[in-house]
Amino acid sequence: MKTDELIDLLGANVEPVKRGYMRTALLAALAVGAAAAFCLRLAVYGVPANPFSGEDVGLKVAGLALALSLVVVGGGFLIKSARPGEAGRGALIIIGLLLLAIFSAGTIALALASPSAWSGMVFGPQWAACFFCIPVFAALPFATLVWALRKAAPTRLALTGAVIGLVAGALGAAVCAYHYPSSSIPFLAFWYGGPIVLCGLIGALLGPRLLRW
Amino acid sequence: MDLRSDEPELRALMLAGLDGDAAAHKALLARLAAILRAYFKGQFARIGRGAADAEDLVQETLIALHTRRHTYDRSQLLTPWVYAIARYRLVDYLRRTKASVADVPIEAAAGVLADEDPTAVDSTLDLMKLMAQLTPKTRQAIQLVKLDGLSVSEAATQAGMSESAIKVAVHRGLRALSLLVRQRSPS
Repeated sequence: MKTDELIDLLGANVEPVKRGYMRTALLAALAVGAAAAFCLRLAVYGVPANPFSGEDVGLKVAGLALALSLVVVGGGFLIKSARPGEAGRGALIIIGLLLLAIFSAGTIALALASPSAWSGMVFGPQWAACFFCIPVFAALPFATLVWALRKAAPTRLALTGAVIGLVAGALGAAVCAYHYPSSSIPFLAFWYGGPIVLCGLIGALLGPRLLRW
Repeated sequence: MDLRSDEPELRALMLAGLDGDAAAHKALLARLAAILRAYFKGQFARIGRGAADAEDLVQETLIALHTRRHTYDRSQLLTPWVYAIARYRLVDYLRRTKASVADVPIEAAAGVLADEDPTAVDSTLDLMKLMAQLTPKTRQAIQLVKLDGLSVSEAATQAGMSESAIKVAVHRGLRALSLLVRQRSPS
């Protein structure tokens, strides 16, 4: 085929592209994924009677705030990553700092406590359920974000997949946050932060397969 | 970094094309074809591949630039966007054809897309053969709107489909074509 023929083909009856189309599509995918995870959570655990009560309310709010900031910053990175030629380094640095903050807070809290209390702090009630529920709830926003990014043009597939995983994991953690107790900072760091990072790793592995175009 | 001196001109064509100006879009693709040809030929010369392979890649990249044009941010420069897509297509092509990807350096978009090469050779793509693999409805929509040059409403009347169905079919068809182009066995 001659290239001129192809140009004629592509250049015939060109449709206008809506301004801000990419951003809207990605934000819609994020919102749908978050809503789906939330609905699944309601279906599985029912409506929480009084989510923000009890002695761990401060930790819960802090965990929720961290998870949601990961979602916001990660979402900002994905909008950049959907467009070829944009680096989004700032967002990546903030994501790194947020993760670092979560894990160093957990480690410092352990260091300040006596070793005999460690096991109680880390293996708080329902740690395993918390660890496994987050990736399950993350699956829905992961799917909607991958679907949206496939229509875009990411050029760094593993990195984009990793951030999709982190954002989905953070959404999963936010959804789980007021069902499971957050009895201590190390509990929050390891059983919420851990699964989020795990989701990021899975995303990095799947990214090159799922996002290729 | 020094950009191509015609960056503002290319970007103006792109912006007009995004607003639906077909002539500007076509002019842009023609200019970019020459730029991409020089880039791919230069890269292929290093690894000992011929001009027909480079032309395949020029066409693949043109399809990608067209079907992904909604990913261009109107407030940004055009050349880095084009270069990122061209480089992605090149790496994907080399990976598909089992060549070494390590040979493709990451360079600043400016220096790489500096030259132009207007001497097109035929690619190994056979459009009609690829079209035959599309579903009949999609093929008809592409034929009417893109090859026969009918307007969307004329094509809708002729095919007995709604205008939005025609638009969707054309969009899907181009996506499917770009997939077929990449999946065909390397010559």
